[in-house]
Parts: sequence; C-alpha cells; structure tokens
Amino acid sequence: MATLDPSLGNRQGASGARERITNDFSINVATVNGSGSQSANSVLMKSIFGMGVPVSGKNLFPSNIAGQPTWFLIRASKDGYFARKRISEILVALNPESAMDDVRALPAGGVAIYEESLNLDQARADVFCYPVPFEKLIASICPEVKLRKLVKNMIYVGVVAQLLAIDLGVVESCLLRQFAKKQKVFDLNFGGVKAGWEYAQANLTKRDSFFIERMNKTEGKIIIDGNAACGMGAVFAGVTVVAWYPITPSTTVIEATSDLLKKLRVTPEGKATFAVVQAEDELAAIGMVLGAGWAGARAMTSTSGPGMSLMAEFCGLGYYAEIPGVIIIVQRTGPSTGLPTRTQQADLLSAAFLSHGDTKNPILLPGSVKECFELTQAAFDLAERMQTPVFVLTDLDLGMNNWISEPFDYPAKPLDRGKLLTVEDLERLGGFARYRNVDGDAIGWRTLPGMRHPKASYFTRGSGHNDAAQYTENPEEYQAVMDRLALKFEKARNLVPAPVVVKDGSSKIGFLAFGSTDCALTESLDQIKQRYGKDADYLRIRAWPFAQAIHDFVASHERIYVVEQNRDAQLASLLKLDLPAAQVTKLRSILHYNGWPVDAEFITEEFALQEGL
Amino acid sequence: MATTAATSKVNHIGLPILDYRGGKSTLCAGCGHNAISERIIDALFEMGVEPERVMKMSGIGCSSKSPAYFLSRAHAFNGVHGRMPAIATGAVLANHTMTTIGVSGDGDTASIGMGQFVHLMRRNLPMIYIIEDNGVYGLTKGQFSATADLGAKLKTGVVNDLPAIDICALAIQLGATFVGRSFSGDKKQLLTMLKAAIAHKGTVMLDVISPCVTFNDHEGSTKSYKFMQENDEPINDVGFVASFDEIEVDYDSGEVYEVEMHDGSNLRLRKLLEDYDPTDKANAVRTLMEAQENDEILTGVFYINTGMDTFIDLLNVVDEPLGTLPESLTRPPQSALDTLMTALK
Repeated sequence: MATLDPSLGNRQGASGARERITNDFSINVATVNGSGSQSANSVLMKSIFGMGVPVSGKNLFPSNIAGQPTWFLIRASKDGYFARKRISEILVALNPESAMDDVRALPAGGVAIYEESLNLDQARADVFCYPVPFEKLIASICPEVKLRKLVKNMIYVGVVAQLLAIDLGVVESCLLRQFAKKQKVFDLNFGGVKAGWEYAQANLTKRDSFFIERMNKTEGKIIIDGNAACGMGAVFAGVTVVAWYPITPSTTVIEATSDLLKKLRVTPEGKATFAVVQAEDELAAIGMVLGAGWAGARAMTSTSGPGMSLMAEFCGLGYYAEIPGVIIIVQRTGPSTGLPTRTQQADLLSAAFLSHGDTKNPILLPGSVKECFELTQAAFDLAERMQTPVFVLTDLDLGMNNWISEPFDYPAKPLDRGKLLTVEDLERLGGFARYRNVDGDAIGWRTLPGMRHPKASYFTRGSGHNDAAQYTENPEEYQAVMDRLALKFEKARNLVPAPVVVKDGSSKIGFLAFGSTDCALTESLDQIKQRYGKDADYLRIRAWPFAQAIHDFVASHERIYVVEQNRDAQLASLLKLDLPAAQVTKLRSILHYNGWPVDAEFITEEFALQEGL
Repeated sequence: MATTAATSKVNHIGLPILDYRGGKSTLCAGCGHNAISERIIDALFEMGVEPERVMKMSGIGCSSKSPAYFLSRAHAFNGVHGRMPAIATGAVLANHTMTTIGVSGDGDTASIGMGQFVHLMRRNLPMIYIIEDNGVYGLTKGQFSATADLGAKLKTGVVNDLPAIDICALAIQLGATFVGRSFSGDKKQLLTMLKAAIAHKGTVMLDVISPCVTFNDHEGSTKSYKFMQENDEPINDVGFVASFDEIEVDYDSGEVYEVEMHDGSNLRLRKLLEDYDPTDKANAVRTLMEAQENDEILTGVFYINTGMDTFIDLLNVVDEPLGTLPESLTRPPQSALDTLMTALK
C-alpha cells in the first residue's frame, strides 16, 4: 500500500489539482541482468506503441551474463522524441542492489514501483510509492519454481499498465504477437500481467500524474532495431557470402542476416544461395570477405571496434588491390576492450584510414533504422562500383535498441554490380589492363575467376603493381596507381549518399552531426528555440568522403557546432582535413562520450555555454 | 616427361604445355620452389585442367611469389602474410567450381599463418594447399622458421634449439583429408602426388621439402639437397591413374592400397613401411611422431580419406558459383519485404 502522500510536491497547482502529464515521460525499469526482463520490457514498450504513442526503448546493460544491474529506459513522447531522457519520472525497482540509487535519481513527484520488501518509501517522501508483493503474487500464479523468475517480470507490466491506464487488451495483443505460436507460454505470461493489473486495481490508489492516452501517431509504423535493419538491408542487397566473428554489439547483425537468408534464400531444391561462415577471428572474417569479393560474391562482415582493429591489414589490401566488400561496424565504447555494452561514435577516424600506408575507406553513416536498411544496401552497390571495402558505421544505441520507423521501401533500382567485363568484351577488346583508367572515372574494369577466356586472368596482389596488375617497383608506375586511387576517392563524393538537410533557414549557426546523435540533436534544436528563441540549421552527414553540400553548408554559416559521441572530435577532425583553411576556424565541438547515448539536455546546455547564453 | 615435348604434344583437352607456363622466375637459381612450380605445371597439364578454371592463391614470402611462375592464364591472388587460407576460403565460397591451389611457405603457414592454417584444415575446404618448406625465412635473409628441425644449423652457426612443428601430423589431426610430404627434387613422387591431389575432393595438404640454396643448403641443415637425398625415407611408392588414362597394372596388388578418387581416378600406394594403412588416422600420426623422434624425414601419402563432406557440402550451397548468381536469385521479391514489414507493425 502506498503510505506516503507526496501530492504536496512541487507539481501541485495552487488549486490543489495535479497537473496531468500525458504521453511525455520516461520509465526506468531497473533489474538484474540475466533475469529475463527483456520480454517484459519489450511488451511494455510495444504496448505504449500499441496505444499510438511514439515510444523508444534503451537497454543500458552490463558486460556480463547474469547478476549485474541493468536498466531499460522506455520513453513515451507525444512529440516524437526518441533520444534518452536524462531523467526518468517512473521507476520500476526490481534490483535490490541498485534500488536505493535508482529511487534517489527520481525527480520530485516521480513514481516508484517496487518489491514491497525493499521499503523504498523510507528513502523518498517526495515521490509516489507503489509497493507490490511480487514474490507472493508470483508464487500464487506460477507453480513451477523454475519459471517464476521469468514470469515475475510480467507482473510489473500489469502494474504499470494499470497505473498508466494502458488498455489491457493492447497489452494482451502485444503478448500474443510476442509468443505467436506458443499458447502455453502466452497463458503463463498473460497470467503474470493480469496478476499485476488486478493487484494494482485492488490495492493501489492512483495519485501520481502520469498517464498514457491513446494517440494515432504510430499507425502504419514498425518497430525494429538497427542491427536487424542492417541484416535486412544485406539480404535485400543480395548478399551471398557472410563471414564473421561474434562480438558485442554487432553479433545480432549476423544473426538477423542469417535468419532471413535461411527464410528467403533457399531454392525449391533446398539449396542455399548464400554461405554464412563463423570465422576463427576477425582477420579471417575480412580475409574471407575479400576472397569472396574478388571472386564475384557480394560479401560482408560485421564487427565492433576490437574486431575492426584486427581487420586493419586486410583492409589496406582491399583498398590497394581494389576488391569490394562491406564491413558493418556497430560501435561500442573504446579504447581497447572499453565498455562492450555501451555506445559511442569513436571509430570514425579509425575506419576512415584503417590500415597502414595511404589508405582511405568510404564510410556510410546511417542515422536511423530505416537508413540502416537503405545504407547497407547502398554499401554493397558502392563497394562494387568503387571496387573497394566500404564501411557502414552504426553504434550500439542504434544497433541494439528498438526504434519506431516508417516501413522500409523496396529498393527502387537493380543491383549495381560495377564494372565487370564479359567474355564477349574480352573477345572484342583482345585483353584488358585491370587498373587502367579507361573511362576517366578512375575505376578499372575487372574480370572474375572462372571466366572462360585466355585473356581473363590477372594477378591480384597487395605488392606494388602497375595499371596492368604486374609487379612493379618503378616510381612512376607505382605513383600512377596511387594517384588514380586518390582520384577515385575524390570522385566518390558524388557516389555516396548525400547529406540530409534537416533544416537550412537563415540562421548564422549551423549544426553538423552523424548517426544516432540525430535524435538528441533534433530535440535539442527545439529546446534551443524554446529556451533561447534561437534558430539553428542542421545538416546530417551520411557519408565520407564528404559531399560538396557539406562544404557549402559550412561556408554559408558563421559558426558550426559539430555534435558527436567521442572524446577527440573525430568528425570535426575529418572535416578539418577536408575544408579550406578559412572554413576550419568556424568549427566548434559538442562532445558526449561517457558510454550512455547522448541526451538533448546535454547538447542544449553545452551550446548555451559556448554561446554565452 | 611431359615437359620435354612441350611444343608438339597436347593434353587430353587439346592444350599444349605452353598454355600452362607462367612468368620467368625471380627466385634464386636452383631454388627448390622452381622445381615445384614445374611439377604443378606438369600435373595440371597432364590432368587436363583448364588453366582459366584454376585459382592460384598465396601469402607472402619466396614461396608465395611462385604462383607468378606457373599458369599465367589462371586467376591469381597474392595476399598478405599468413592469411592466404582466409582469402582462399572466401574465393572458394564464391566459386566452388574452380580448382584452387594455394602455395605457402613454412613461415607463412607454421608461424604467422598458423591460426588460419589450422581452421582451413579443419573445414576440409576443397583446395590444394602446398607448403614449400625450407625451414628458413628467405626474403628477410635466413632466420629459422617453426618447421626447422631441432639442432639444425644456420650458415652463421646459429643452432635451432626449439622442436620442429610437424605440419603433416598437425594437418592430419586437424581434419585435412589428403596429407603427404614430398621433396622438390623427387620429380616422380611429387608429380604423382600433385595429380592425385587434383583429383581429390577436400583439403589436400602437401608439405614439400624445398631446399633454400642461399640460406639453408649447407652442412648442418636438415632441409638441404644433400640431407634430403640421404635421409628421405618414402613410406609408400605413389602411383596414380587418372580417370581418362588406361589402367596399367604395374603394382603387386598384395602390397598396394588402391584409393578410388571422386572423379574416378585411382590412387595406388605401394607399401614400403610394413603395416602402413593410409586410411588409419591414428597410425598416420603415430608414424610421423616416431619418425620425428628418430630424426627421419618420411615422404609419401600419409593419410587419405575420400569419404568426408567438404565445407561446400556442409554449407549446402547451389551448384552454380555464388559469385555470379543473377539478381533474381539473390534479391528477395517485394512481397517478402511486405511480409516482414507487416510482422514488425
């Protein structure tokens, strides 16, 4: 029973009537990892989605199999903001270890739902406390001791749903989808939800201000995580060879790819039109990608920072020998092992120049799950068009969390397999020089192993070669190839996905960002407008090499804030290498790099500080 | 010898041996590797393999340069040090209809490349993996490799005090399905083993002792021409009858192991070592380990297993090369995406 009455807290109006807060708050579910709370968190999030309210979920989990604190943040936002909210108003405290710290983090007027034995009401007099006897309830509805731990989480879903006025029918249909073909599992879990709901209805008096009300802002939309979206992109790009080594947070890219391939890419005779190989390490994974790309496959791998470091040597080979391949990097917090389950954008420079010598790798930078799908496809086309390894750089926040999105569109164009000679071409030409710039686009024509023509073969090597792919140590011949490679990269400014002009009005202030920073920045721009009356423009970068539009954007503003999630201002650094000297001094940085996804308040405060507001 | 009548003779697919030649070797005169390249040319010619249907893979080192010196019409990939297995794996995944020959060295395989070598053997990837084994690093001027024998001496007087890795015993334990050792100077044995290797379906691992005339062909070296000529102990006489050849019986059948290869060819191993059964994995490893203890260099086919699935079989891929499948087979239709989207709503 709620014993305290914090209704005298700061949210009470003069009349005593509490201000109702609808569809605009964050719920922090604090559990122990390995306790099976994922399904419950997902059902709660999808129930809010089912109520038509824009919602986001962020899993802040430890690098551990079981027993450490984990937090799942569910943000309902009628305005459609999907970034992490710095403060959560509602706490579901199921982890005794972190419960005291968690309840202290609540704002006045907040809500704490907790196992009654935790006695959190002793800690805060200014929050609404709803103790629930989870242990007793679970014992009564789940006779099987082994399953109690899992079903217990469903009780909180029922309690929260009842307190926030989420339609029980919506929760039920979410559960039905989750456990589609497992009636018994559904029954057990829905039993947990109902037990929580009924307990709350009978024993808890709603006194807080938070409500979910039906909206129609999620109709037709989908929920998916970025890694699954990348996997889907690869499958619809016609990937044929996948080589990988498990690493958090990129593993689910391959799991998603693999699951879809098994579903969609098996012939009526039962044969696979793909090969997925779990390699012995990341060196082998990228080596297999290059071998396969050389022999004509659409090949990809996926990894995170530590794996990317291991891929450095091969990446240079791919660049210099001009072999296509797609490398999806789901960034986590570095350096070294770093924080494997936390997010960052600190692998940009590393990816850009991965390998020794004058190596440069194109990078695509999705800023949403939809772009994870689209830019993964674009990466395959670009890799074969440019004949080089192409990176897709996402991060743990985008990759492992669920996001609301418009449904993905079926690719409008056929696959671009790049400049491939046929046997007929060879017959007509009487031969070819693999690395010769015959078309002025700095891209040579290539053949594939297996082509039945005496002139089809060439010698691929990572050692010095001339434009006919012959070994050379001749200074002019060596340099000619290097200069053409530089020209090819320069020309790619027009081949990569263009930046997105989010806003370009008449402001003197411009923002630049990439990837998952987008959601916090768009929210921050609204805050800046509301709090300081300032308009700022925003261009979202989606690829390196940088398109001319990025140069133009910088040139047309007085001050440019580059917002990114790393310590060393990596995007700003890359821009400084590219921009004319006169433009470089315009750049300022807003940097967030503690491992948690950046929030809008952080950007707004940093901006205000630097602007002297 | 097929090489002597180069200009006039054609093989059974109508090609002269000239079509199997490569560029001029830049290796030292007398290098064992050049003799191995010659045998590879002979074997492919005699087996009538289309040059365009061969992929030549290598890593880094003197050995890895040698694909440039045979079969110019084949597709070649000279990769990075110790990583040829990964590139070869990818290439075979993309096109498993090719004959794939990897050439590596003892450093490229048994030191920097050990991790990838181990997993290549384990996967039974259909390819021929040749180690041109001289026990030293030639390009960096003569350091010991991990296959140098215990007690072997360098020209400079440095003695190897670490035991040699027996790459054949290792390959057998790891799952390679055709494992043999030969000597670059033994034309007949090496050629016969290479022809059988071409007929085999699965990973063939051939360790070919190949003396380094510059850094490791002196008194005290256990990988010199002299040492090999005096200490080479064949465990079997290797005979091979290609599927298109007439079968001639020149073996005493009581002492011969006949192995039928996947293409219908016949590998015939006449026992020189009593009770040697090349299909007995444990016995093969034991024989090699005992030889090492007795400072003997055994040659011959140590192990063969024609009944194992290859990596390509296990992956159950379509018969056509994955690398050139049409878009209609690799990009799922609009309806597939629609179904996925509906499920996510």
